[in-house]
Amino acid sequence: MSLLEIKNITKRFGGLQAVDNVSFSVTAKTIKAVIGPNGAGKTTLFNLISGNIPTNGGEVYFNNQPIHGLRPHQIAQHGISRTFQNIKLFPGMSALENVMVGCHPKSKAGFLAGMLRLPSTWKEEKKIRKRALDLLDLLDIAELAQKEATSLAFGQQRAIEFARALASEPSLLLLDEPAAGLNIYETAEVARLITKIQQRGITVLLVEHDMSLVMDISDEIVVLSFGQKIAEDHPAAIQQNKEVIQIYLGEDDA
Amino acid sequence: MKKYISIIILILVLIGIQLVTQVTETAFYLTQLTMTSYYSLLIIGLCLVMGYAGQISLGHAGFFAIGGYTSAVLTTYNLRPLFEKGHGLIIFLANRGLLVHAENLYGETLLYVNPWLACITAITITVIISFLIGIPVLKLKGHYLAMATLGFGIIIFRIVLATEIFGEADGISDVPSFPLLPGVAVNGDFENRILNYYIACGLLILGILVLQNLINSRVGRALRAIHGSEDAANSMGINTSRYKLYTFVLSAVFAAIAGIFLTHYNGGIGPSEAGVMKSVRYVAIVAIGGMASLWGALIMGVILNFMSLRGLLGSYDDAIFGVILIFIMLFAPEGLLRLHIWQKLKKMITK
Repeated sequence: MSLLEIKNITKRFGGLQAVDNVSFSVTAKTIKAVIGPNGAGKTTLFNLISGNIPTNGGEVYFNNQPIHGLRPHQIAQHGISRTFQNIKLFPGMSALENVMVGCHPKSKAGFLAGMLRLPSTWKEEKKIRKRALDLLDLLDIAELAQKEATSLAFGQQRAIEFARALASEPSLLLLDEPAAGLNIYETAEVARLITKIQQRGITVLLVEHDMSLVMDISDEIVVLSFGQKIAEDHPAAIQQNKEVIQIYLGEDDA
Repeated sequence: MKKYISIIILILVLIGIQLVTQVTETAFYLTQLTMTSYYSLLIIGLCLVMGYAGQISLGHAGFFAIGGYTSAVLTTYNLRPLFEKGHGLIIFLANRGLLVHAENLYGETLLYVNPWLACITAITITVIISFLIGIPVLKLKGHYLAMATLGFGIIIFRIVLATEIFGEADGISDVPSFPLLPGVAVNGDFENRILNYYIACGLLILGILVLQNLINSRVGRALRAIHGSEDAANSMGINTSRYKLYTFVLSAVFAAIAGIFLTHYNGGIGPSEAGVMKSVRYVAIVAIGGMASLWGALIMGVILNFMSLRGLLGSYDDAIFGVILIFIMLFAPEGLLRLHIWQKLKKMITK
């Protein structure tokens, strides 16, 4: 069963066709990767799915419900969570608080409840805190809970961002270049995390540059080049795909 | 419980101040301290908008004026002629005891709106106006937002200055006292000075308590998240535009309540309260306090407003606030309290 279905999605920036009529679907509980050279439109595609930028056409279905045209917070409330290529943790907040923000869609205390500190709010707050701590624990960074998030090492920040994205109990997790800026050890650690997340029944769609990461963990791969989908297959098949090799290694060497 | 320690200290300090003025027979200070408390109520509300939601408003004197003027007009405008003409709404209010009778010097009976109804009406109007202003204006960012709210402030200032019912340049005087409970009323009577000091302090403490709760709640976290990265906050399922709007409205209500109470306390309100320089002053105080610091804003609000009201800043009052703002932005953009002056001194000494 496909959890996410993308149909003919298109985005133009002025004269540039950033994403051109791309269609594919993501099967529930699998890991799917979108790869492609720089400027292929991978991150743009992500921003279109998560609603951070509006599309110029095409449709996106999540659980068979249309989500194109919804605002980012509405899409998040549907159960799609994301991370950012250039890690966007909230400055001035501890790692724990960052993850607690992630619990937002699954909690409901509003302005009045917050101001009056009603018993129900208090209980909910306790639950949120526990959930956030559990997630930090799951990602083996429980000891960082009280540290200011943006002051930590890059790899640790990445892990906090994962925890934050998981806090909303998403059914689909969008990871935008999760290995960007990480060394090989940290990349291996991220790969382990992603498989761990998948084992919890969460579907993962990731955009990635790092081939080793993608080939190891993905169930399926979509290849983009200049905004167009040129291949979609299993990792082993993608490695043999002539067109893909051409794009990555250049025409003459193929 | 730890969170409430600072509030308990605040309460003790406020009681201490009153006792000191009593012992040293300087109770006249309480008048300015009462006014200061009301202004500080506005300032902590503005602090929520600026420091936590990361928005700026140069129109908060406008909301203060909307609250004060609405309450002043309703409690001083004689409805007797309308009542005698049999105006439906007036009869309806009179039958429900929402109007009060008074007598002027010539023995004529006058009819005014009950201060409670006036207060609720003033708050309702503030909510509606801040909502209507907030929806388009909060789509703007940075300087554009500052300019738009400044424009709003100027409009309110011009309206109160040019409208007959608002007393034009003279403002509105003879605003009656606001009876909160039997024997407890907001007014400037000499014998009520201590009581009114405590009413103002009580309201301020309530304000701090409510905002501190809010900041430490789910909503507070969401606001700080918006301040940090709006994109990421959006992707966490936070309806950023709604949160910004509600925060703006809430702080406008704080400003309006300050305006209502101070107007009853002073027995009147004038157009200078709606002036743009007032808004600039409020923003300056929040900046000095350290933007995202409720307590910093509160302490600076109390000190600076008190100095200004006592005339300690001389006739260059507004200019001094301008200078302070420039210095803060240059040398202590995180506020005076975050300069860590003590730590720096210690370092210098140990060197």
